[in-house]
Amino acid sequence: MRVYVEVARRSFRRWSTYRAATVAGVFTNSIFGFIRAAALVAVAHARPGAGGLSVKGFITFSVLSQAMLAYVGVFGSTDEIAERVRTGDVVADLYRPADFQLWWLAAFVGRGVFQLVGRGIPILVVGAVVYGLQTPATVGDLGLFLVSLLAALLLGFGVWFLVNVSTFWLFDNRGTKQLVDTVTLFASGLLVPLSLFPHALGHVVRLLPFAGMVQTPAEIFLGVSTGVHALGRIGLQVAWVVALFGIGRYALSRATRRVVIQGG
Amino acid sequence: MLDTYRILASARMRSDLQYRVSFVLFTLSQFTVTILDFVAILILFGAVPALAHWSLREVTFLYGLANLSFGIADLLVSPIETVQQHIQTGTFDRLLLRPASPIVQVIADQFSLRRLGKVAEGALVFGIGCRVAGIHWTTARIALTALSVVTGSVIFSGLWVLTSCVCFWWVEGREAQNALTYGGGFLAQYPLGIYGAWLRRLLAYAVPIAFVNYFPAVYVLDRHDRLGLPAWASFAAPGVALVVVIAAAMAWRVGIRHYRSTGS
Repeated sequence: MRVYVEVARRSFRRWSTYRAATVAGVFTNSIFGFIRAAALVAVAHARPGAGGLSVKGFITFSVLSQAMLAYVGVFGSTDEIAERVRTGDVVADLYRPADFQLWWLAAFVGRGVFQLVGRGIPILVVGAVVYGLQTPATVGDLGLFLVSLLAALLLGFGVWFLVNVSTFWLFDNRGTKQLVDTVTLFASGLLVPLSLFPHALGHVVRLLPFAGMVQTPAEIFLGVSTGVHALGRIGLQVAWVVALFGIGRYALSRATRRVVIQGG
Repeated sequence: MLDTYRILASARMRSDLQYRVSFVLFTLSQFTVTILDFVAILILFGAVPALAHWSLREVTFLYGLANLSFGIADLLVSPIETVQQHIQTGTFDRLLLRPASPIVQVIADQFSLRRLGKVAEGALVFGIGCRVAGIHWTTARIALTALSVVTGSVIFSGLWVLTSCVCFWWVEGREAQNALTYGGGFLAQYPLGIYGAWLRRLLAYAVPIAFVNYFPAVYVLDRHDRLGLPAWASFAAPGVALVVVIAAAMAWRVGIRHYRSTGS
């Protein structure tokens, strides 16, 4: 266990060295949050109550989703495993007396925690200063949000791991990555809150793991989903976390059986 | 200068086409990820009949004009942003030593036909917009529409060069550039009226995104919401484009003069 904590800590420290890049990221995510907020506010003005959110709710949704973006690791997270498969360095990872998947999970979590503290929170602060944001109504809501937020990170890992492991078969995982990024953008609620989707489509999309990356924690934060309903949503997140972890493990075992190290 | 561009770019093209399947998949995924923004607009219009008093048909024209211009700039000029990697890794020195324009070398070196996926998306929606927006076509409107595609591409291209120059001073600030380039392209997809007063002013005067599509579209669609600007604003894009190009050229010159090799 200690080794994984140490991996996570090192990963956190490594990401925290990119200070200027983090500042640039906060700036860019904030701008995108404001643009998305503007479109949603126009919707809220044209039809109050659309999507079950107030004007302030929509603004908070936009800012919060941008704040979670880097943390969940959807776009721009470096595909380190893929890179190591291409260069052959992955052989060193496979030789280690530590579990391959847990090792990378630890590294992913360390990175995520940094992105949350270094990037997510500043984005929320900027949003709060510029607009004033809605906050969870009760301590209980906040607690549920934090649990859901953690599950979102683990979902992000599950998807990221599969995208990376696909390199064992494809050698070049950029196609898979772009495909998954596109689906995530659409199905997570980042593009448009899922509550604005046409009814049937929204229902189906909510069952997918991507909804748990942005939409679920955001709705719990905003108090749209509370109590038993929120617990149900978190349950779905956890089920997907377990499923993705299992699929990742199976894919990895198949991959390592057929792996040919590209020497160099 | 154009010869250099042609030779380098066609070399890239040949290498792109070596991997046919990968090329096709990438181009398709570029198309898909770009059109998601339009899907977002369709979803929003599923909830409301108008955004800032613009109908879906009118927004389709506005969006198409924005994305076609952005796509062309993305195809022809956007690789300029890789100058940051050249500076960081020290390969920029090599470009400076060659007897060819460094700006052309940087751009042509990363030329990629895959970006045609974006142009195709812009062209498709633009074509639809021209048909469905109920435009009363006159010679002046046709001329202004055609001209706007050119001036819009030039404005976006100029912004790309201008913002790339930032890395001569702040090499880690690459991601902040996205806020103005991709952020600008994204902003232009919606009618200006949805944005707050300060953002509208910024877009009209400082970062002249409004001249890419909004002001021309106001004339072509026979609307009157010029947001306080006189009627000639609809025809001012060529002048604005010229100013942006001059500013970009000056920034590039000053940047190169300021450049000190990282030495590694």
